Amino acid sequence: MAKQIEVSGLDAYYGAHKAIEDITMTIEPRTVTAFIGPSGCGKSTFLRTLNRMHEVIPGARVEGKVRLEEQDLYGPDVDPVSVRRTIGMVFQRPNPFPTMSIYDNVAAGLRLNGRFSRSELDGIVESSLKGANLWNEVKDRLHKPGSGLSGGQQQRLCIARAIAVRPQVLLMDEPCSALDPISTLAIEDLISSLKTDYTIVIVTHNMQQAARVSDKTAFFNLAGQGQPGKLIEMDDTSRIFTNPGMKATEDYITGRFG
Amino acid sequence: MRRSAFRRSRGDAPFRLASTGAGVVLLAIMAAIGVFLVVKAIPALQANTSNFLTEKIWNPNAVEPAFGIGALAFGTVLSSFLALVIATPVAIGVALFISHYAPRRLAAVLGYVVDLLAAVPSVVYGLWGVVFLVPFMRGPSEFLNTYFAWIPIFGGDQVVGKSMLTASIVLAIMILPIIAAISREVFLQAPKTQEEAALALGATRWEMIRMSVLPFGRPGVISAAMLGLGRAMGETIAVALILPATFGISFEILGPNGNSIAANIANGFGEATAVGRGALIASGLVLFLITLVVNMAARLVIARRKEFARAA
Repeated sequence: MAKQIEVSGLDAYYGAHKAIEDITMTIEPRTVTAFIGPSGCGKSTFLRTLNRMHEVIPGARVEGKVRLEEQDLYGPDVDPVSVRRTIGMVFQRPNPFPTMSIYDNVAAGLRLNGRFSRSELDGIVESSLKGANLWNEVKDRLHKPGSGLSGGQQQRLCIARAIAVRPQVLLMDEPCSALDPISTLAIEDLISSLKTDYTIVIVTHNMQQAARVSDKTAFFNLAGQGQPGKLIEMDDTSRIFTNPGMKATEDYITGRFG
Repeated sequence: MRRSAFRRSRGDAPFRLASTGAGVVLLAIMAAIGVFLVVKAIPALQANTSNFLTEKIWNPNAVEPAFGIGALAFGTVLSSFLALVIATPVAIGVALFISHYAPRRLAAVLGYVVDLLAAVPSVVYGLWGVVFLVPFMRGPSEFLNTYFAWIPIFGGDQVVGKSMLTASIVLAIMILPIIAAISREVFLQAPKTQEEAALALGATRWEMIRMSVLPFGRPGVISAAMLGLGRAMGETIAVALILPATFGISFEILGPNGNSIAANIANGFGEATAVGRGALIASGLVLFLITLVVNMAARLVIARRKEFARAA
């Protein structure tokens, strides 16, 4: 189920502004890869190019290649809609559909993909909520609105919604930045357990979090205001945090800038 | 005496007085209008020899006045309801196109055009209806009557251009811009995070609109439709020009039937006797009550799913 992602020579633009430049990296299957770097360095932009969410912003475009197991995601006959069905995403702010119940939120993606019988849906909703560590908290109120949950529960609901469609890859854009420490811990535990089934990419501002949950870490930086962000280095997380190859990485993780 | 450091600030009082005053004046004017209407209507209602609520004919100027609101209220509700049924889907389509499909420049131009249409005086629509649409509608009406007479509203022996259907279409065109303009504003406010949530699940643009934009915009669209309905029910000139001013109750919208409260007031006020004027005023009160009920019903619909309607 989990697949490898290969990126080569990728640039992303907002109109005339180049946000990231010449990024090349390989993201291994069944691992957690963390993107770290100062604000504005393009790590979220880069994440959004991986499932073609970047281009939904008016004027935004991408150059370069992203391959998911030999398949070019930016190929001429590739439908971005089907790319997004294969590569799921969890956002910074929890965004369950406010008019839908908890059950319908989890089933939303499935209902887009095709017909499921009631019992199939029930089964997938239950397993997805269990997978997101939320089942025990919501099993008695599946048909209440998802907006009634706490922030941490809402975020886990969004993770359940994303994994319900069985994606190959799960992208997480600062999934804990709006949450309290206990909810953050719950999400981090969840990320570790999801790793056995999915390729996970997480953007985070929290370096302890990157160190705790990820196997690989990529450090992004930008030369100055208005300059495009670049990948500085990518390596095993333990190595990045103990013995980084580049001076800029060391300065950033030891808190000397950023 | 020492001035307290926690004294109430002076600037507040005049403003509070002014805003309270404005509110009170508004209520007083409303009450005065209500009292005036009721006082003027009562003598006519007492002189009425027929049942005001159920009688169909309108003959208040006779020696023995006999009049009722039945046919007029029916015509008002039917024409407005038909107009709403025709206008709302089109307006939602226009609004969605402007807010989510059209390229940004085209969307801006279209937005202006819609606002401009909303500002066209109703008499212009009425004249256009009489001069162009009434003759034009004869063909399509006969087609409907020939092939779709099995649908009761298209039945009937007589088919004319000055019909309930024509009046409803003119009303629909009149209320379309206001519904479209408000719906567009609401759709534009749909949270981007919701739209991205749908897209990231692999929704197409239309699926994204159905999952996040329409549920978010629903209360706003209902409000817009109610505003449009209110405008259609109160519309006078356009309807007076087109409807044949008969006093009958018939669902056959292609035939020479129909009238409305507002059109009847416009047509009859000039040559009305004292009792006749009172009767027209009474009909105005009924129109007011119908509008009130419609608005309250709309609020109920909006409030019903409030628990689910909270945006994140």
